[in-house]
Amino acid sequence: MQLNRDELLAAYRTMATIREFEERVHIEFATGEMPGFVHLYAGEEAIAAGVCAHLADTDYITSTHRGHGHCIAKGCDVTAMMLEIYGRRDGLCGGKGGSMHIADIDKGMLGANGIVGGGPPQVVGAALTAKTLATGAVAVGFIGDGASNQGTTFEALNMAVVLNLPAVFVFENNYIGEGTGVEYAVGSGDIAGRAAGFGLPVEKVDGLDFFAVHEAFGACAERARSGGGPSAIEASAPRFYGHFEGDPQLYRGDGEVDGLRANSDCLKVFRRRVTEAGLLEDAALNEIDETARAEIDSAVSTARAAPPPGPDDLMTDVYASAY
Amino acid sequence: MSEVVHKVTMPKWGLSMQEGTVVAWLVDEGAEIAAGDEIVEIETEKLNNVFEAPVGGVLRRQVAGVGTTLPVGGLIGVIAGSDATDAAIESLVAQFEADFVPEAVAAEGPVPQQVEIGGRRINYLVMGDGAATPLLLIHGFGGDLTTWMFNQSALAETRPVIALDLLGHGASDKQVGAGDVPAFAEIVLGLLDDLAIDRAHLAGHSLGGAVALELALVNSGRIASLALLAPAGLGREIDGDYIARFIAADRRKAAKEVLGHLVHDPALVSRDMVENLLRYKRTDGVGEALRKIADAVFDEGGQAISYGDRLGDVAAPILCLWGADDAIIPPKHAAALPKTAEIHVLNDAGHLLQMEQASAVNGLINAFVSTSD
Amino acid sequence: MTEKTIRDAINEALRQEMSRDPSVVVFGEDVAGGAGLAGESDAFGGVMGVTKGLLGEFGADRVIDTPISESAIIGMAAGSAVTGLRPVAELMFCDFMGVCFDQILNQAAKFRYMFGGKVKTPLVIRTTYGGGLGAAAQHSQCLYQMFTAVPGLKCVVASNAYDAKGLMIEAIRDDDPVIFFEHKMMYDMTAEVPDEPYTIPFGEANLVREGGDVAIVALGNMVAAAEAAAATLAGEGIECTIIDPRTTSPLDEDSIVEAVEETGRLVIVDESNPRCSIAADIAGMVVGTAFDALKAPIRQVTAPHTPVPFAPQLEQLYLPNADKIAAAAREIVSHAA
Repeated sequence: MQLNRDELLAAYRTMATIREFEERVHIEFATGEMPGFVHLYAGEEAIAAGVCAHLADTDYITSTHRGHGHCIAKGCDVTAMMLEIYGRRDGLCGGKGGSMHIADIDKGMLGANGIVGGGPPQVVGAALTAKTLATGAVAVGFIGDGASNQGTTFEALNMAVVLNLPAVFVFENNYIGEGTGVEYAVGSGDIAGRAAGFGLPVEKVDGLDFFAVHEAFGACAERARSGGGPSAIEASAPRFYGHFEGDPQLYRGDGEVDGLRANSDCLKVFRRRVTEAGLLEDAALNEIDETARAEIDSAVSTARAAPPPGPDDLMTDVYASAY
Repeated sequence: MSEVVHKVTMPKWGLSMQEGTVVAWLVDEGAEIAAGDEIVEIETEKLNNVFEAPVGGVLRRQVAGVGTTLPVGGLIGVIAGSDATDAAIESLVAQFEADFVPEAVAAEGPVPQQVEIGGRRINYLVMGDGAATPLLLIHGFGGDLTTWMFNQSALAETRPVIALDLLGHGASDKQVGAGDVPAFAEIVLGLLDDLAIDRAHLAGHSLGGAVALELALVNSGRIASLALLAPAGLGREIDGDYIARFIAADRRKAAKEVLGHLVHDPALVSRDMVENLLRYKRTDGVGEALRKIADAVFDEGGQAISYGDRLGDVAAPILCLWGADDAIIPPKHAAALPKTAEIHVLNDAGHLLQMEQASAVNGLINAFVSTSD
Repeated sequence: MTEKTIRDAINEALRQEMSRDPSVVVFGEDVAGGAGLAGESDAFGGVMGVTKGLLGEFGADRVIDTPISESAIIGMAAGSAVTGLRPVAELMFCDFMGVCFDQILNQAAKFRYMFGGKVKTPLVIRTTYGGGLGAAAQHSQCLYQMFTAVPGLKCVVASNAYDAKGLMIEAIRDDDPVIFFEHKMMYDMTAEVPDEPYTIPFGEANLVREGGDVAIVALGNMVAAAEAAAATLAGEGIECTIIDPRTTSPLDEDSIVEAVEETGRLVIVDESNPRCSIAADIAGMVVGTAFDALKAPIRQVTAPHTPVPFAPQLEQLYLPNADKIAAAAREIVSHAA
């Protein structure tokens, strides 16, 4: 499917925003001002962007612990996200969730998840809602190579097939599950093939290639929305950072990350493709980089100055109905 | 003095009563009593009440001790002449215990019926029969036909007596339409039509009293007499805060407080009475129904309905009974009634006087309706 | 108003709510039964028969048989609840919580809080519990305390058919995750149950009996045992108050404390194992709140610290019963200060 100029700019904007967000969080986290854990998505942007370009606020995604990229691609407010990661009262989740549970139901973002494999069963639920209420929505689960081994993932795949639900499972293979390589941990050596065994169509794409992801997912979304049931894609792209910030990454080979930045950077792949095809100019892309940098910079300043939640906030929102 | 030995058995007060518990004997063994004397206090589902001697004589035996729970029809005591022998008493007691089958007794008795009036289900209970002019009992706000559980069967000894659940109450439909007095009156009229009753005595309690007044005004030919028990519609004052608390009560404590306010002696409010109120309040549609009715008949200042200036147009004879300790609607409202009205203010009674002073109320109503049959 | 079993009362609650609200859906293993096979559809209507007839009335889009896949079932409940459905999922035996507890503990219970109050998770998980059937260690446990301990969940333990219908309707209308415990031995117990829909609020105990000498707090199947004990004790001149909390979360602490203040003595009956049980939870609360009112130690009548045994003779020794309750009451009534 051909994207027009605006769509191409939007795609790059998403990826650049994610990249800038994660690079900046990497720097700021090291100052010690951010509580808890963060898990950075830099390197995988094309997958989130390629998938979410097909999604509206009324579609649903579940995410992983590495959720900033999904959150931004789904349209969540970047400043509110930064406030949340800093644990501020006006953060996207009131400072009550943090990076690992960042969510925005109004944008159909059902949350990052601190439990590996925690998301896929909920994809089935969101898809059931879409089918039961006939909304035409699609429910998408982002699943890492680590989570692809969880029983919950297998159960969700089977359930989606059995109930013919409008669900798409997006396997993001970044080659490492915490500190263990995918070649070791996935016994069959083939995440996509294994998923296909559950009875749904699966396509394997280059996760560095926005256009490949976009096209493959487009078919999945169309299938789901038209009642054709669930499907999956496996997209591979490396992460530039550790499992978590602070990870010494001793499991990496020498010079591995530098090599990835040079040769496996999806933003560079996108830029090369669109400029060589004459679709967009470097200048336009550079402007987007600048804008993203400024936006994130502003978000950080805002977050650092913002107040934390107060003592009263501790006890609120445990229950929706009277307790 | 007669040699007749009389069994005092557990009465059946109200349809669902299966058993009662003896709370206290008010008369010692060997004491002489007259018919109508209060002899024993019994706790039932709804309310504690005193049982009156059905005949005069000597209380020869207190068969059931304090704390004993008996099924309806079970033997509580024996009244006889002082010359009846102990042997006769003992043999009566033994015979009774041998023969008594509780379920058979409890299974007797009328059950409520349902009819559709104006597209709504109405629950009602008929007791008694015969050719005398029937009496229709109308409960008040938040009540139901069991409000009359100590009255209906006594009144039914001489005539048919019908008690209904108004819309929004009891087992009737919970959709109340306009929720105002004319809407209720229409239903009552519909019931009279359905039962082919051309002429009836009405007895109304609280809001039910206003409904009775409304009927007497719009259908004067059909109404033989009006017995108004602590009626609404005769004055402005009402404990509006009580109404609000009644509507809001959804927990045991709140319900118990609210019921205690209706009686002279709050100790009479039993656990089951509280539970029955809660069960009613929790039914779908009840909250809405009560709020709608309250909006129609009350305002910030008090009662929004008034029959005071139309009482001159009421053709039917009027009996008005009020509890001296009524904390909801003050007894002084009875002064609005025509001089021809028969008015009684009963001591030791709150707003729910027909339960607290049942036999007095029954006697007064019985005497009254028989004069205008 | 008719006499109904607990099974029928819950079935009626489900049916009335599903009629009223099209977003209520029921799913789980064999909630209908017969899917993909040559025999009858609705072959089970739930292994305990609670959901029988719903498939015929509401269709396969709203009454959904699932594979044996508890994480996916409960996760499906969580995901559909936050996105607009009101699912009633079945976890066939609460013992199976082990294979799906993450979706309850870390997901459904915590969404609202973690997401800053911006979502609600209006799901109900129906689950069976309790011993006496000879179902042995993995199918007989009482595990409501595990769920009670989790902030964000609500737990219902009904003891009779009237309560069961009202509490189920309340659970479905409640906007939070509710775990609804059904004792597998109690489904045939009957009571007068209104035909109209009605609710019973959570956190409101039922005052089953009033008496001035000792208060007994009892849950679920233990309420009948407490009533039997109280009848025996009444014959000995000991009058008991019996409190049935109906919900362990929220817990009606006020009613329990009031009963302790009136009697000074407390027996708590809980079919669970003793450590970290609801009995222990209530005892701790009472000691902290009504210490001065206590005239004797609190007695907790629970199962022992063992798995549920298979042999019927052992299972009967395992379960609390009226005799054990009465013995505990007698002991503290005769306790000298």
